[in-house]
Amino acid sequence: MAKQMPKRSLEKVGFGVTGACVALVTLLVLALIVMVAQKGLSTFFKDGVDLVGFFTGTEWSLAHVDEATGLPKTGALPLIVTSFAVTLLSTAIALPIAIGSAIFAVEIAPKFGKKVFQPLIELLVGIPSVVFGLIGFHVVVAACKAIFGTQTGLGILPGAIVLSVMILPTVTTLSMDALRAVPDGYRQGSLALGYTRWQTIWHVVLKSALPSLMTAVILGMTRAFGETLAVRMVIGGAEVMPAGLMSPASTITTTLTTSMAIYADGSVQKDVLWSLGLLLMGMSLIFIMIIHLIGKKGAKSRG
Amino acid sequence: MSDVILGDGECECCGHTNDGVEVGAAAATCAAAPDCDGSPAGCGCDSAGVSVRERVAAGSELGRAAAAMAPTSEVVLETRGVNVYYGDNHALHDTSLAFHKGEITALIGPSGCGKSTFLRSLNLMNREIRGCRVEGEILYDGRNINTREENLYELRRSIGMVFQQPNPFHKTIYENIVFAPKRHGLRGKDNLDALVEESLRGAALWDEVKDKLHQSAFSLSGGQQQRLCIARTLAMHPDVILFDEPCSALDPISTLAIEDLMQNVVRDRAIVIVTHNMEQASRVSNRTAFFYMGDMVEYGETDQIFQRPRDKRLNDYLTGMFS
Repeated sequence: MAKQMPKRSLEKVGFGVTGACVALVTLLVLALIVMVAQKGLSTFFKDGVDLVGFFTGTEWSLAHVDEATGLPKTGALPLIVTSFAVTLLSTAIALPIAIGSAIFAVEIAPKFGKKVFQPLIELLVGIPSVVFGLIGFHVVVAACKAIFGTQTGLGILPGAIVLSVMILPTVTTLSMDALRAVPDGYRQGSLALGYTRWQTIWHVVLKSALPSLMTAVILGMTRAFGETLAVRMVIGGAEVMPAGLMSPASTITTTLTTSMAIYADGSVQKDVLWSLGLLLMGMSLIFIMIIHLIGKKGAKSRG
Repeated sequence: MSDVILGDGECECCGHTNDGVEVGAAAATCAAAPDCDGSPAGCGCDSAGVSVRERVAAGSELGRAAAAMAPTSEVVLETRGVNVYYGDNHALHDTSLAFHKGEITALIGPSGCGKSTFLRSLNLMNREIRGCRVEGEILYDGRNINTREENLYELRRSIGMVFQQPNPFHKTIYENIVFAPKRHGLRGKDNLDALVEESLRGAALWDEVKDKLHQSAFSLSGGQQQRLCIARTLAMHPDVILFDEPCSALDPISTLAIEDLMQNVVRDRAIVIVTHNMEQASRVSNRTAFFYMGDMVEYGETDQIFQRPRDKRLNDYLTGMFS
């Protein structure tokens, strides 16, 4: 029989192993943030790029170096605007569909929702984004070309449409979870007070699920904001201020991927790209903070 | 065991003997029948039986209040041959009962006996359950309400319901009360304010919450939340209130508070209460119906049910042979 370890030292080993895991993850996250921040901020401190100009400038051209200053054109506003435009637009498209189908699948046909709809939606999550991009290019872009009569059919609108399909499963499943988490007592109480089923869903179920629903939406937006590949395939890639929904544009993420391999390490251009990365990280941090705030507020109203 | 005891020259109403085992059973019966003095033979039992009886009586005057209230004959709600099915499961067989104004009717029986199913048929809450079918006549206000044409949502204003778990909404105390009346068309701040006060007073909650009407209902204790739910129901001035084990999630003090307020509330309406607590049934109710395995086995005045059960199953249930 193997000799048993004394209990006390066994506990110490457990503490050590799990603690090391936590330390590793914490270190990784910190190192990541420090690295991106250091590289991203050196654009402004080392290379002397104007911080305000970076956020407000409307001209972006890394290849075009100014003779006098030796700096490329780094007005990132067009990229920022495009990123927000596709994010908000795709959320606006996906949200009603997601909430509507979640209501149907949870409140109206729970059996169907659990057995058929949920697996179907989860299937959608597993599809690689390049497939969405491919379908988007051949279906959505072609359709936009035919409808709006633009030369390529590429642009913000097809990007938003493809993105909306991609974030749909995230928002839908989280919305379904949010609705399921509403205690049945609320529904029964409302029905017993003479509320109809729709009034109950609208005034009681959706209202008390609101914090969780908002979390679902913001997680969807986070995904949309960070999605690159599929968007890159349908948005056109023109790094200019978008003139309309059907004008080719470029988001922060697509610009990062396109320009990454071109410039040498340590060059101003590369640093500027790191700044874009930092901006993306900051944005996701803000999204996460909003989610936490909503959670806290929800917990407060629950008493 | 008790059916042997009955009629053997011992206390008729509680079957009290000096046997140790019997005292336990008798205590339950005595406790469940605080008003057994009213029975023809009188309750001559002493020791355990009396002490429990006194304890119950001292705990609240409810038992006496319930007995003192003269039963009126006005039937508010009546069922005739109600059958309930969940899919193929025939959950409730052929139940006919009448509920009277000013009276509390208790539905007792072991778990799964169909009493809650029956209760939920009375305001057609069963309609919300998929696969549930209610057959038979439910008469309210001179009409059969168990029809396709009946407007459930209007009906439920007249037949209110209070649930086992306190289920106030995620709103302020004030909004919990005006939630439904507003939806049903009540307007004007003065009207709403008056309704809130009246309802909260009716539920004996006004003095505790009048200074924090605009705080979350979740800041209240469990017993207060349940009284808020009762106030919410009262705000619609229902003719009938259905209570589905309203006190099983509450402590004894809160339970007494709820029982107390039921006695006040019942004056203008009928109350039907499902309860697992037989002492509660005997304390608060005027009439009792015993359900077993989907059958309504015995129905009668509460005194009779608890003191002189006719059916062996009821007798076994009361004496704790099963629960």
